[in-house]
Amino acid sequence: MTLPDGLWGERTPYGPGDPWPTRADVQLADGIGESDVERWVPTASVLHSNGDGLDLAVRGEQIVGVRGSTGDRINHGRLDVKDRYGWQATASDDRLTRPLIRSGGRLVETDWETAMGRVVDHSRRLLQSYGPGSIGFYTSGQLFLEEYYTLGVIARAGIGTNHIDGNTRLCTATAAEALKESFASDGQPGTLADIDHADVIALFGHNIAETQSVSWMRILDRLAGSDPPSLLCVDPRPTPVARHAAIHLAPLPGTNVALMNGLLHEIVAHGWIDRDYIDAHTVGFAELEKQLADYPVERAAEICGVDAGELRAAAQLLGGAQRLMSTVLQGFYQSHQATAASVQVNNLHLVRGMLGRPGCGVLQMNGQPTAQNTRECGADGDLAGFRNWANDSHIKELAELWNVDPSQIPHYGPPTHAMQMFRYAEQGSLKMLWVSATNPAVSLPELTRIRSVLAQHRLFLVVQDIFRTETAEFADVVLPAAAWGEKTGTFTNADRTVHLSEKAVDPPGQARSDLDIFLDYARRMDFRDKDGQPLPPWTDAESAFRAWQACSAGRPCDYTGMSYDALRERGGIQWPCTADTPEGTERLYTDGRFWSAPDYCEAYGKDLVTGAPVEPTEYRALNPDARAIIKAAEYLPPHECPSDDYPFALITGRIIYQFHTRTKTGRTPQLDGAAPDVWVEMSSEDAADHHVTDGDRVEITTPRGVVHAVARITDMRRGVLFVPFHYGYWDEPDDHPTDRAANELTITDWDPASKQPLFKTAAAALRRCPPEAERPGETVNTGGDAS
Amino acid sequence: MNKLGLVLRELHRSELHLARDLDAVSRRHKADHEIYYVAGDVAGWSREHVRRIAEAAADMNIDLSARPRTAARAGEFAERFSDLVARRPEPSLLLLVDLRRLHQRAAGVSIDWELLAQGAQATKNADLLELASQCHPETLRQLRWTNSMLKVLSPQALI
Repeated sequence: MTLPDGLWGERTPYGPGDPWPTRADVQLADGIGESDVERWVPTASVLHSNGDGLDLAVRGEQIVGVRGSTGDRINHGRLDVKDRYGWQATASDDRLTRPLIRSGGRLVETDWETAMGRVVDHSRRLLQSYGPGSIGFYTSGQLFLEEYYTLGVIARAGIGTNHIDGNTRLCTATAAEALKESFASDGQPGTLADIDHADVIALFGHNIAETQSVSWMRILDRLAGSDPPSLLCVDPRPTPVARHAAIHLAPLPGTNVALMNGLLHEIVAHGWIDRDYIDAHTVGFAELEKQLADYPVERAAEICGVDAGELRAAAQLLGGAQRLMSTVLQGFYQSHQATAASVQVNNLHLVRGMLGRPGCGVLQMNGQPTAQNTRECGADGDLAGFRNWANDSHIKELAELWNVDPSQIPHYGPPTHAMQMFRYAEQGSLKMLWVSATNPAVSLPELTRIRSVLAQHRLFLVVQDIFRTETAEFADVVLPAAAWGEKTGTFTNADRTVHLSEKAVDPPGQARSDLDIFLDYARRMDFRDKDGQPLPPWTDAESAFRAWQACSAGRPCDYTGMSYDALRERGGIQWPCTADTPEGTERLYTDGRFWSAPDYCEAYGKDLVTGAPVEPTEYRALNPDARAIIKAAEYLPPHECPSDDYPFALITGRIIYQFHTRTKTGRTPQLDGAAPDVWVEMSSEDAADHHVTDGDRVEITTPRGVVHAVARITDMRRGVLFVPFHYGYWDEPDDHPTDRAANELTITDWDPASKQPLFKTAAAALRRCPPEAERPGETVNTGGDAS
Repeated sequence: MNKLGLVLRELHRSELHLARDLDAVSRRHKADHEIYYVAGDVAGWSREHVRRIAEAAADMNIDLSARPRTAARAGEFAERFSDLVARRPEPSLLLLVDLRRLHQRAAGVSIDWELLAQGAQATKNADLLELASQCHPETLRQLRWTNSMLKVLSPQALI
């Protein structure tokens, strides 16, 4: 399917180094004119990670539209199609408005007192009988900074559990890990404004046209202007990016490391490198050279199934760039050897000395709007303020900030990642799981297994959400939350830009902000610090933000120079922002200095094949002078390769009209109407071989499950199937078969370094459904009564 | 046979055992997905080491098998059993025991590489020194991996 060009709006061409012209996009409800709007409430987009500044239109205490903020540094007034329409979803009449508890196998409405009482009683019983390791929290990439920080303090200092992670594990864990491997700390080196300056933009597994469509508008405007940049696209699909690319490489899924090594081999062999930069600012180049010796272009091309000539041409494009910008996303993050491949993109910039200058930047992108905050606030596998779990002095800092004993904060190992938490729940040692603003019953791999874990009677499941999701159907307690636009807080996009999102309208019924719910839990649990004061001590969003500022002080993600007032006045501000840099910081590492000193850094790195952490002493020896780390990686074949029985490589992914599991976009008529149901994309050659014509209903199987979908035939790479991952079952009849979610098919396997599940490395079979085919498949049991 | 030949023979034996043990642990813990896949990946290193040791031995007229059986016996049964007991808590303790044994096994192999490298240097045998310097780092990575998995998994298994 070719997406209409109109999706990205009118072109406003501009040349290199010029300011990107503004374009004032507005979308109001039918019958509403701008003069009918009573007030505009500033916020930013929450249906992708671009962080576009927006204003919500309010009339009669209802949200009635949206406009792009023309003064915003990210979007210059533009709207993504999801933001144009998605605001309508919060007013859906099926919002959760009262807490629910399970009674007699069914979820029934109750009041907050009863619901929270049940959660608190259960928590106390577990703490007493089994200790903090029996309780886990699985949160989101869609809450606000203040909420993550609060949750992190509750989990680590209140409960004292090491089991807290976000669904960012599925979307951005590899971005964080790749940055930690190369720079020893999280933090995007580049900025989206590098698009204005770059002469080559390389997109590695990143269909930016659909995932961050406003930044694609920026690229399209550069392409339409004078002296346009050349694009390199690495993607097995014929995406809009591929169609505009000077060179499109479509490697076999699972071979990214071989591809990157082939490109780097060619670049180093031709001497397209900055030897002075390498010598002054990096360690590890000799190991890289040694590793690359095994990857001449012909060998890499053979592994990846791409033309050696095209691989050479791509290396030449990258090697000849004067101002190279690279972005990376799920095509690398969710594929085999995720971290190893993403790190090679950092290496590309390090060997070319292209960091910290206009147009020279790497963006290890995020998928979700607030994923960066999950990372920096310590609500995932990192500690608050990018602190290092393996550095005792960092634990001591946190203990002082929170006024608790250091031993209360678990740091005997890395924080538990989501996939391991589900394993502990499967084995029964994790007995309570609190899921906030995410939907694992659709978004995690191998759903038959995930449903069986969630349905266990011995697992006490709390689900906090704005809608009754597929996951909520398994819950023991469901807590109704306020949505974006109904609460105040801040969040940070993929290029470190912080926005304040203000409350526009009241939440429906008894729904409460996620922050209020977490704080209510903390008060009811009576968490106290060493002086007997309530923990956490803050009471609302702004006081939580101030506490976070104190936690961030002196760390890479320093927020101390910001305030709600400054964010109100100036719009988005990029961290680090301190008293010395009150305007924020556009690019990191401008002076070739890194946050990688052994005493300061967030992480010592990991073995990219085994995931084993590098020991502190080893790191000190490797990188005593705080340089960037060039880390080489060997290619390993994927764990599940196409075979006679399962001849296709299956990949899943996002589409422009939908977000996450469609909880909002599926309730937005224009977005739902544009992409109402699951489909599978395949090549014309494969379609002919399997007697499939465009629009036929086909059956896709893997050893784990079955999906029925409509076939769409494109210029896809032969041998690859693509299924969008958004579709689940909440809008299906009660007795639906489980044959719609892409994750019925995916494999339970994750990158050993980032622990990100691999949604893009599975083998599948496909056949055309006979016209009269029934829809076979397992019927879901959501009763929560199975053991 | 000279003394380096003896070291090679011992190294071949210990590396082969490590390859088999890694395969066995991988399959026995199929439901612990990271163990299943990573143990499988690093078993590949040991298989390659075995092949290269046999090649080096052949140059010294010592007959060691280059491609012996490295798969664990009853591997498929072990995988099915792991799936069957996926919901049980006991495999988490068994996994600690297995990782502990793997760690000891890898430590033995590491010592053998050390001995080979020392002997190769003393006798100025550049080929064997090269072999040791290429393979030993991977053994050390196996050793660090088993250690780190023990560290990560033991707190939950022991509560």
